[in-house]
Amino acid sequence: MATMRVNELAKDDFFWQIEYKHDRCTLCGRCVAACPFKAIEARVERRRKVVSDDITPNPKVIFQTVPVIKQVVNEYNFCRGCGICEKVCPNDAIRPVRNPDHRFQAKYRSVTGDPFKRGGRNNLVTSARTLDKIKIGRISQMTDPSLDAQRHTFDLLAPFGRVLPPQEIPFEIKDGKLVEREHTPPVRWIYPIIIGDMSIGALSWRMWEALAIATAYLNEEAGIPIRMCTGEGGVPVRLLKSRYLKYMILQIASGHFGWNRIINAMPEMVEDPAGILIKIGQGAKPGDGGLLQAKKVAKHIQEIRGVPKADLLSPPNHQGLYSIEESVQKMFLSFNAAFKFRVPVAIKVAASATSVSVYNNLLRDPYNIVGGFFLDGIDGGTGAAHEISLDHTGHPIVSKLRDCYLAAVHQGKQGQIPLWAAGGMGKGWNLAADAFKMICLGANGIFTGKLMLQLAGCVGNDNGKCNACNTGLCPVGICTQNPILVKRLDIDKVAENIVNYFLSVDHELKKLMAPIGNSSLPVGRSDALIATDKAVADRLKIQYAC
Amino acid sequence: MCRIGAIKSKNYLHPSKALYLMRSQQKGHDNSGFAMVMQDLGGVFENYKDLPILSLACTDRGMKIADDILHEAGFVRMMQWTPEVHPRDWLKIEPMPNYIFEVVQYPKSYKYASKDEKEELLVDMRLKIRQALEENHEGYVYSFWPDVITLKEIGDPTDIGEYFGLWEENDELKAKIITAQCRQNTNYDIVRYAAHPFFLQGYTALANGENTFYEKNKNFQEKLYKGYIGFESDSQCFLYTLHYIHKILKWPLIYYKHVITPLPFEDIEKREDREVLKKIRASLAHLEINGPNTIIGVLPDGTLFTCCDSKKLRPVVVGYTDDTVIITSEVTGINELLPERNWEKDIYPHEREMVVINNNLEVERWQQ
Repeated sequence: MATMRVNELAKDDFFWQIEYKHDRCTLCGRCVAACPFKAIEARVERRRKVVSDDITPNPKVIFQTVPVIKQVVNEYNFCRGCGICEKVCPNDAIRPVRNPDHRFQAKYRSVTGDPFKRGGRNNLVTSARTLDKIKIGRISQMTDPSLDAQRHTFDLLAPFGRVLPPQEIPFEIKDGKLVEREHTPPVRWIYPIIIGDMSIGALSWRMWEALAIATAYLNEEAGIPIRMCTGEGGVPVRLLKSRYLKYMILQIASGHFGWNRIINAMPEMVEDPAGILIKIGQGAKPGDGGLLQAKKVAKHIQEIRGVPKADLLSPPNHQGLYSIEESVQKMFLSFNAAFKFRVPVAIKVAASATSVSVYNNLLRDPYNIVGGFFLDGIDGGTGAAHEISLDHTGHPIVSKLRDCYLAAVHQGKQGQIPLWAAGGMGKGWNLAADAFKMICLGANGIFTGKLMLQLAGCVGNDNGKCNACNTGLCPVGICTQNPILVKRLDIDKVAENIVNYFLSVDHELKKLMAPIGNSSLPVGRSDALIATDKAVADRLKIQYAC
Repeated sequence: MCRIGAIKSKNYLHPSKALYLMRSQQKGHDNSGFAMVMQDLGGVFENYKDLPILSLACTDRGMKIADDILHEAGFVRMMQWTPEVHPRDWLKIEPMPNYIFEVVQYPKSYKYASKDEKEELLVDMRLKIRQALEENHEGYVYSFWPDVITLKEIGDPTDIGEYFGLWEENDELKAKIITAQCRQNTNYDIVRYAAHPFFLQGYTALANGENTFYEKNKNFQEKLYKGYIGFESDSQCFLYTLHYIHKILKWPLIYYKHVITPLPFEDIEKREDREVLKKIRASLAHLEINGPNTIIGVLPDGTLFTCCDSKKLRPVVVGYTDDTVIITSEVTGINELLPERNWEKDIYPHEREMVVINNNLEVERWQQ
């Protein structure tokens, strides 16, 4: 009887198993060349073969050494199921197959002594999303006619910046007209969907550039004043000095990566940035800092961020800030002052049971300098994280956004610090519907990240497919700095896809606003929504319909 | 649909004018009610211009409750007038037992009080009486303000006129400004408070249409001023916004239009006052209205105006002679009352316009 070591890793332990059809394979080698994880390799096998050389059948058994493609079995080169091998195979000879009986996370941890890390979103949620249980139910055609999405004009803009209550705006009346007596906080009117913060470094420079190109195109050619948040990690100096900076929201997170360069470039900026976003936390791994592993810290990333080639961890908190009062006084004030109070400064926090307290606190801020409250929910996530954080920490965004809005309503301060929310927006591929529903629930706008990557060709999904953003081996060149992999990404095509997607979103938003008879954003119009789930209806205080 | 109308004249008019104005538009409303506010009063109220008048529809007990509250606060009754009613079996009307218009003197302690203090007192008293009457459904208080009376009733407007004897002109009840509406609101229950015109501290507003931003408006207005209550109708929001902009913020009337129907951003950007307009748009986003609307408003000084939603989806027309101006939903109403006017001067306001009539009956057209 053969000896067997039960604790050794076997193909059966993996999430994904390679299904290989020997008889279809021409041994062209494309799959092996394309797999960035080195999860397959060319090997030889000893095969038994029955042959007959005579005119009449005369079978003989021979043994032959044949070349084959085999799955690698170790903890470091496991198949992520990205399916690139299948995409490049000319003969349908190879593909990854999901293994429902895997036990890889246990094996991985028990061998490496290290938490399992990956990118992507939560891999546990399989039920329908809350937003999908909500419909836009107020459609009136007799008393309040629907508008015509093609003919009527719509104002699809949302404020970004601190909005003063009317009695605090320093107006005086001159010749029967209101005039401003002194400076007020800057408010920018922008598209209600922001391309969310994904850093240069987490993304390949080509992907980041594609986003920036799409943003500029949408603004300058398509008339959609969308903004892009840079994420933590700095901005290429060429962009800082360009006129396109006005479309970029500069992010500062707890690692302050890249800010040295931004500050140095300030004297040469010809445009103010669209805003500053102070990232306190993010939704997909709340309470964790950012994680950029050394293998992704390429030379140009080292330069932009001003760091050596090492793992880059943004701490989970801003070192030196241990209270919201400090945040307001130090961070908001200093960033407002840095740009001479011309640029809105907003904050991003992870949705949490305490979000409402934070929001209330900011609403009461006596300095009027918090220009937006970005709330990020559990379903967000583009970068690398510990799996345990992705799957098991965080807070759904919908109810928390609603809580914050209603807290503002309770104080009569709705709209004063614009609410922006994200976390799984566009997860069902319909960003416009998600945006519209969130706006009706009280958001001024939303931000979206991962969907942009998926538009660019990300092959990952929420069922554990690929999710290798952390490895620096992104098979489609989106989340890697490896020059060979990055070249797989066609910048122009990605930018085009994103632009096209937003053109359709813009059209779809109008298609949703028209039937409820609104020509401007229906912020807080929860009466337009119905929930097909009683619990959702009760929790969000919207109508239940069945 | 509601049908709304306002008459402003240099001469005192009898409310039968308002009834005729409305009746000619009968096909546009459903005969479920009639309501009116009369301002700048003549007839029996002419000599009490500076004294507050309580307009009340109530039970006997409700009358006592209201009197007790006023008495306790130090108000002294100067005069009380009740319309003579003509109940008939066939009248389609759901009347209250009593209709009271009571003129009172301010409490002695308010002898040297400022105008603002008196105005706040009147709101406080009205809210207090309203709350007390609501407890056992004892009645409705519509207005408590100098030189203003309000009547609201559920039923067929023709029959309501019959019941109160309003079809025949007499010298008892007269006013220079009368606003009126036929039909109750459709959005919610038919209750007396839900009928236009709505009145607060000298401001009157009526609307024909649908306020699709009702929930936004309401959620915001509830925190702005104690008098912003009720919300039985989405049209009440128009009154509260008018009051807030003009009375509380003290902004010029033109900004009412900028708040409720802000210019599109691309138009704002072309204007010199763009920064001001954007500030207003951001700050008062929750007072914007959407949906089809026509609004008629009256200011405390008697200024009358009308404006429409930003798509001009509800009708309104202004017709006038030298001594009378009428704003109403359909031109047929004006034809009925002012057949000799020059109809070529009738104004059909557009979506960016306010038509404003001052106390000299000069008609101005303000472009937003």
